[in-house]
Amino acid sequence: MPRPGFVLDVDASTPPILTWHGDGFRLERLPADRSRVIYAPEPVPGLDDPDEAIRHALTHPLGDADPLPDLLHPGMRLTIAFDDVSLPLPPMRRPDNRQRVIEAVLDLAATAGVDDVVLIAALALHRRMTEAELRHALGDRVHDAFAPHGRLLQHDAEDPDGLVHLGVTDLGEDIEINRRAAESDLLVYVNINLVSMDGGHKSVATGLSSYRSLRHHHNVRTMRHSRSFMDQHRSELHSSNWRMGRSIAAAGVKVFQIETTLDNNAFPSGLGFLQKREWEWNARDRAGYLATTAAIRAGSERLNRSVFQSVRAPYSMTGVWAGEVEAVHAATTEAVYRQQLVAVEGQTDIALFGLPHVCPYNVNSIMNPVLVMCMGLGYLFNLYRGRPIVREGGVAILSHPTPWAFHPVHHPSYIDFFEEVLAETTDPIEIEKNYEERFATDEWYRHLYRTGHAYHGVHPFYMWYWGAHALEHLGRVIIVGGDPAAVRRLGFVPASSLDDALEMASDVVGRDPSISHFHCPPVMMADVT
Amino acid sequence: MRALRLERSLPRFAAARLASPRHAHAGAQFGPVRLVDIERPELPGPGWKRVRPHLAGICGSDLATLSGASSRWFEPIVSFPFVPGHEVVGTDDTGRRVVLQPVLGCVPRGLDPPCPACSSGSTNRCAHLAAGHLQPGLQTGFCADTGGGWSEELVAHDSQLHEVPSGWSDRAAVLVEPVACALHGALAAPPGDGLLAVVIGAGTLGLGAIAALGRLRPDVERVLAVAKHPHQRSLARELGASSVAEPGELRRAVRRLTGSWILDNGQLSGGAPIVIDCVGTAASLGDALAVTAPGGTLVLLGMAGTVGVDLTGLWQREIRLQGSYAYGPEPLGGGRHSFALAFELVEAAGLDRLVSATYPLGRYPEAVAHAADAGRRGAVKVVFDPRRRPGGPRPEGTR
Repeated sequence: MPRPGFVLDVDASTPPILTWHGDGFRLERLPADRSRVIYAPEPVPGLDDPDEAIRHALTHPLGDADPLPDLLHPGMRLTIAFDDVSLPLPPMRRPDNRQRVIEAVLDLAATAGVDDVVLIAALALHRRMTEAELRHALGDRVHDAFAPHGRLLQHDAEDPDGLVHLGVTDLGEDIEINRRAAESDLLVYVNINLVSMDGGHKSVATGLSSYRSLRHHHNVRTMRHSRSFMDQHRSELHSSNWRMGRSIAAAGVKVFQIETTLDNNAFPSGLGFLQKREWEWNARDRAGYLATTAAIRAGSERLNRSVFQSVRAPYSMTGVWAGEVEAVHAATTEAVYRQQLVAVEGQTDIALFGLPHVCPYNVNSIMNPVLVMCMGLGYLFNLYRGRPIVREGGVAILSHPTPWAFHPVHHPSYIDFFEEVLAETTDPIEIEKNYEERFATDEWYRHLYRTGHAYHGVHPFYMWYWGAHALEHLGRVIIVGGDPAAVRRLGFVPASSLDDALEMASDVVGRDPSISHFHCPPVMMADVT
Repeated sequence: MRALRLERSLPRFAAARLASPRHAHAGAQFGPVRLVDIERPELPGPGWKRVRPHLAGICGSDLATLSGASSRWFEPIVSFPFVPGHEVVGTDDTGRRVVLQPVLGCVPRGLDPPCPACSSGSTNRCAHLAAGHLQPGLQTGFCADTGGGWSEELVAHDSQLHEVPSGWSDRAAVLVEPVACALHGALAAPPGDGLLAVVIGAGTLGLGAIAALGRLRPDVERVLAVAKHPHQRSLARELGASSVAEPGELRRAVRRLTGSWILDNGQLSGGAPIVIDCVGTAASLGDALAVTAPGGTLVLLGMAGTVGVDLTGLWQREIRLQGSYAYGPEPLGGGRHSFALAFELVEAAGLDRLVSATYPLGRYPEAVAHAADAGRRGAVKVVFDPRRRPGGPRPEGTR
């Protein structure tokens, strides 16, 4: 039986704790008797036969849905949409869950004589995937069967002819989604659920939508009213997507949702020490740590980034469910919680987040300063249910090199956001009011999003909004080991070491603050009472 | 009298040129300038007066001369040895406080009738800078006969002197000449509506141009200043820049303001209709060309010499390259002379704040080093006060 998550109270005998630091990590010794370390549960068992489980799920749907074979017939228009390169993290070893599921769906479609099949990467406002990334997600067989015939598409949220406005929700939220998906006889959505926010109605209502739709929930107000956005019952982001999803169904779009879950076995055996509790490291783990850190020290920034980006996770599929969206997502969420929830008692004055090399928006790319903010204050801070692990008015300490560096192809509008917007203000409300629309409608960004591999012009704004709840909640944010100029541009405080950061935090939380180290990845979710 | 004098010394020019990229003080230490005791300059003729400088600025052109970086273009229109210093406020021998308009056109040279340019008031375009009863010299401060501001006395023709209004400080008055140059450049591009102007460089010329654009050109709606140093960025905003960028951010900043695209090689699809380059290096000119809109005007206010720049964009986009030197009647200023406008601008914009430090002549190596490194040291305009002696109070603005 895998062990559940664990909260270690640090005492004098506790060894230094591994803390992620971008393309590397540090061993940090935490103050005894007032620090705790939150560890993820161990990986739950994977499915013995994922392909058989997929076939079973497709023929035994959940909720008010017919088995998939009954929904397929000759002459129909079938669209299969799938999650993009932002999932999972790190990218998983082949075969990817999407490949397994889509191959199974295509087998059924072929058996039923369905000819008009199109695959669509559900990018929302993310960058287009490269051929290599598509091949990795779908497998060469699927890619080569569809791409040469123009039947492997990537959602274009700026194609006026490729979108259709389906109306508004009862709260007046516009629903505009991919026309091909909306006008198909059946839309099959293939998901990989890494965190509890993923999946459900969000798959279609966000993944296949446009700025016109997204702006109704990707905004400061929604994010500040999502506490957290990982907790469906307290997430305005979730509520808005659910309203939209139900309206999409009411508009006649038939969605057959397929969701898969993973264990949290995120690193290959050579990096196995990253998954283990430090006092349980054996000789091989210590050797692995020493060898890895020595290689990182010897490598250039570029080389280290390249090596870390090439990591492929040995994830196992732990579950697959198909059918009606909400019934499917309820089962998925339960499985995600089973793998990720860690019971945590009470809040602390300080939360320490070591930021890893990858977040959803820098796969095969650079984690620029805006993404550092999003990863720390958006994702890691919000991986809670109940209450944040740090008290209101407390301090978040992030550990990351935070280079003043951007991928010019992937993140062009991020550069301008950082140079122009953050130079003026870091207040999410001011940013939203004064700058968002100009970036969202900028023709150059639009061109790069549609024809290159650039995130949409408005995307850095969403990254900033992702951290809006944390910015409102926290008394100070300190980044350890970051480029001081870049950290200051973010509106945060640079510190050269954890000791310095704790000293700086004392202005806000006093001399003997309590500290939580959120030992993530592997991904987990703190269930804070 | 005491004066800083520049000799024609090829070895010293060469030494300064070699050393100046590495050492800001090289122009003074190794270059051809020396503090000397010399005879007071003789009055060249009737209509000339003696002027005792109160303050005399150190200009970019002076620094280029001291460091041996000046173009050989100037050789026939300067005469050695000369006393530098053309940004001058002082007292003439009638007791008036005056600002010097240093261009040595036909009238000071005793040429009658004057050339067509001088006749129209555009003495900066004078065709006779090496003629007449004076030795060659495009300005006071580059002519062997007139002396210059970096001394205790110079001579100036009545036509070169402008009385300083009562109540003005010397710090304000010493800025009239460089500000006249700056506003001449700011008014050089043709008028339009709702224009965006880009000013590259935020030393005295750049900041003066920004102030001029905001106050003298209602057709310019937005000014983007390109400034390398924090104090320059603050001053640019205070003087009217609507946005400020660092040099490496220029192209993206113009792209944002104009809604244009950046093409693969870094050039913009559009650009700003007015770009004023106050730096004059290959890099600044390359940037300036890259961000000037098709059909726009690139004003070269900085003192470019021999530079290597890809001019393809100039012809392919029909960009007008407009030189700007000194001052004259300003069509966009109602036909008034740059100097008259500069007096008003210095006062209205409070430009006396740009004087950062004053030095006695005897501390010229430090003064030149300070001026050459002004940006990094948080300074803008460094000036000499020839009335002071070394060992007196520490120079104002020095650390």
